[in-house]
Amino acid sequence: MAELATLDSKQYIVVELGSEQYGIDIQYIDNIVRMQRITRVPKAQPYFKGVINLRGEVIPVMSLRLKFEFDEDVITGNTRILILKPDAHSSVGIIVDSVKEVLTLPNDMIDKGAKDANDERAVYLSGVGKNGDNLISILNIVGMFTEKEDENA
Amino acid sequence: MDVSQYLEIFIDETKEHLQSLNEQLLILEKEPENAETINEIFRAAHTLKGMAGTMGYKRMQSMTHNMENVFSEIRNGKMSVTAMIIDVLFKGLDALENYLANISSGGDEGTEEYAEINGQLEQCLKQGLAGSAEATVAAAPAATATQVATEVSEAADAKEKYKAFTYADHEKHAMTEAIAEGQHAYGITVLIQETCLLKAARAFLVFKTLEDIGTVIKSEPSVQDIEDEKFEFDFSLVLLTKENAEKVKQLIMAVSEVDSAYVGEIDQSKLTIVEESRTETTESVTKTVEQNTAAAVQAAPAKEQKKAATQTAGKAVASRSVRVDIEKLDDLMNLVSELIIAKNGLVSINNTDDANRGHGGFNEQIEYLERITTNLHTSVMKVRMVPLESVVNRFPRMIRDLSKKLDKKMELYISGEETELDRTVIDEIGDPLLHLLRNAADHGLETNEERVAAGKPEVGSIFLNAYQEGNNVVIEVRDDGKGIDAEKIKQKAIAKGTITEEQAEAMTDKEIIDLLFRPSFSTAEKISDVSGRGVGLDVVKTKIESLGGDVEVRTTLGQGSNFIIHLPLTLAIIQSLMVELGSEKYAIPLGSIQTIEDIPVSDVKYVQTKEVIHLRGAVIPLIRLNEVLDVESSKKSDENLTVVIVTKGDKQAGFVVDNLIGQQEIVIKSIGKYINNTKMISGATILGDGEVALILDVNTLI
Repeated sequence: MAELATLDSKQYIVVELGSEQYGIDIQYIDNIVRMQRITRVPKAQPYFKGVINLRGEVIPVMSLRLKFEFDEDVITGNTRILILKPDAHSSVGIIVDSVKEVLTLPNDMIDKGAKDANDERAVYLSGVGKNGDNLISILNIVGMFTEKEDENA
Repeated sequence: MDVSQYLEIFIDETKEHLQSLNEQLLILEKEPENAETINEIFRAAHTLKGMAGTMGYKRMQSMTHNMENVFSEIRNGKMSVTAMIIDVLFKGLDALENYLANISSGGDEGTEEYAEINGQLEQCLKQGLAGSAEATVAAAPAATATQVATEVSEAADAKEKYKAFTYADHEKHAMTEAIAEGQHAYGITVLIQETCLLKAARAFLVFKTLEDIGTVIKSEPSVQDIEDEKFEFDFSLVLLTKENAEKVKQLIMAVSEVDSAYVGEIDQSKLTIVEESRTETTESVTKTVEQNTAAAVQAAPAKEQKKAATQTAGKAVASRSVRVDIEKLDDLMNLVSELIIAKNGLVSINNTDDANRGHGGFNEQIEYLERITTNLHTSVMKVRMVPLESVVNRFPRMIRDLSKKLDKKMELYISGEETELDRTVIDEIGDPLLHLLRNAADHGLETNEERVAAGKPEVGSIFLNAYQEGNNVVIEVRDDGKGIDAEKIKQKAIAKGTITEEQAEAMTDKEIIDLLFRPSFSTAEKISDVSGRGVGLDVVKTKIESLGGDVEVRTTLGQGSNFIIHLPLTLAIIQSLMVELGSEKYAIPLGSIQTIEDIPVSDVKYVQTKEVIHLRGAVIPLIRLNEVLDVESSKKSDENLTVVIVTKGDKQAGFVVDNLIGQQEIVIKSIGKYINNTKMISGATILGDGEVALILDVNTLI
């Protein structure tokens, strides 16, 4: 990590989901752990796989694949659970196929308008970043989980 | 002088003193002649005044001062306790509580002067002392202090340092003028008790008192030095006032920890002093410095206050601490020592040869360890437990006030206030209880006339009973009033559109009464400022349920109602039964389990296509947990059913499970707000192998 985040750029953790790459603002990431045993929670939203024990704390885990209506996760040695903190008091885990790298992206390399309005996932994205030839969808973490609460209420 | 570090202690202790004053005043109201109570009150008021003064809370102090004056007169038998005095004193206590609330939320006492209450206090004094022409606010404490002071005969001159004053021309001039205007110029020397820790604060109080009745034109040491505590135990000053010397002396003596005061008129023509009065004394020292304006004295504590305020600003000083009996701590310490011994035992087994390892020593240590952790848990839980007393002790006062306000005679009987509950529960339970008591007083009890007409004693009774029942604590709020009229509620509910008439027909009285707990359902025919705003029982219910408890009501028309609250003893750790459903493990809180039964499939009957079992005369609906929780059952359909009979209030249900694992103590963890669980799961716990097991919420499942 030679480059540090400045006012004009942010660091992202780049994860892979099938052939797509997603970027998550590093400030929301608490931890990255290997796949582990998940306890199913009955009657939860289908994309919530259940809860895990992370050093004595019980943390709900959801599948990003199911959330985005992809195929069911295939657990491999590369599968990781990213523990996110959408706000200071709560944690939630997301399952991804693999974690690729930490990337510093200048803000002007992120195209905020490049969202496909017809794509359901578009509401969970805050923009698309360009890293060389790769396109990285930047996840809107706060939006992704605040929307969930409304759904529950 | 930075007092902010004492703020928390001050708040805690002030609360205690106010509570004690409240309680004692209630006793005094009933037994006006009880000398012990009066003494107790006086002591508490006096300490309170001292503490407030030390912390620089001037308004609080002057309020307590005025109250103390009244107490003191009562103590000296110069006036008798009347209903009016008690009322005013209670108002004073309320004002003090407001000050305290301001302090704990912002570190500042606020600016409310409560002039009316102060005025009434003085009024009380004047009326009480009618006959004594010189009845003054300060007369009493002075007399008290005089009694207390020890008599030592010594040369007065040494104590009267004001006589050594030399005056500058403008000072002489000021005195001449004042005397010409009919004022007195007094030389005053004040001695402060040597045990006094905050001399500057006391001196400041003396100055403040004197500033109220006149002008201080000179002081030795200078005001600045006094403020910085650069003086021994005495200081002298010159005061211009219209009051007489005796009054001035009394005022000074009213400041606590003042040992003695000398007041003498300054003979203006010769600038020597004619002694007018002196009190008994112990000792003194001399020092003379320059004069200063008294205004500076007042500026100083203001600064202190500001400092204290800024240091605590932002952080509300809500008490997060628990007072712990030293014995409980000793127990904990012992257990920790044992834990270390057990650990050492394990270490030594680990170090011995492999051959010896299997020889039971290991298991023995594990068992030992298990015993210790269980005890440790119990002890820590005990530390968290607080007697209900800390919540209920403010209720008698509230009922008294309500009684006056509503003009109904009533008496509150409290029992079981020693019952202990987890601190977190104690903090939350106060408001619901308050609400239920108000309801009982306002709606439950009839008016005096109605009671007499109904052949009941004129004085209504409200009972607050607390007791432990298994893993629960039960709190009952009961009144012997008119009870709840189910018919009235029914009409109201229909009128409000809460239920339809058809629904109403089908409902039992109990179900109708339970409507009371629905949001915005108040049956008070007219809204009073005591209760009946429609934000009542539903809030009580929500609050209690959020604490993991429940509330039910039993009522008999004409005989009264009883609100029964069940609360779990503790929130964080519970005993539970671990059960297996397919490959999953679930915990059922032991508190709601009645029995466990083995039922042959043939015993299962059907009522309205629902499975039920007949058990000891009761028909109990079966709930197949594997269906509710979407789990594949591991049992064959012809096997006997393992049924866990659970209860919620007087409702029963049988949970069908695959296997019983056993009883276990579990730590409750939240599963977070993101996951949607339709409330069937009340939380999760982590098992010994690190696996997460979910805790079933029996209340929702039944």
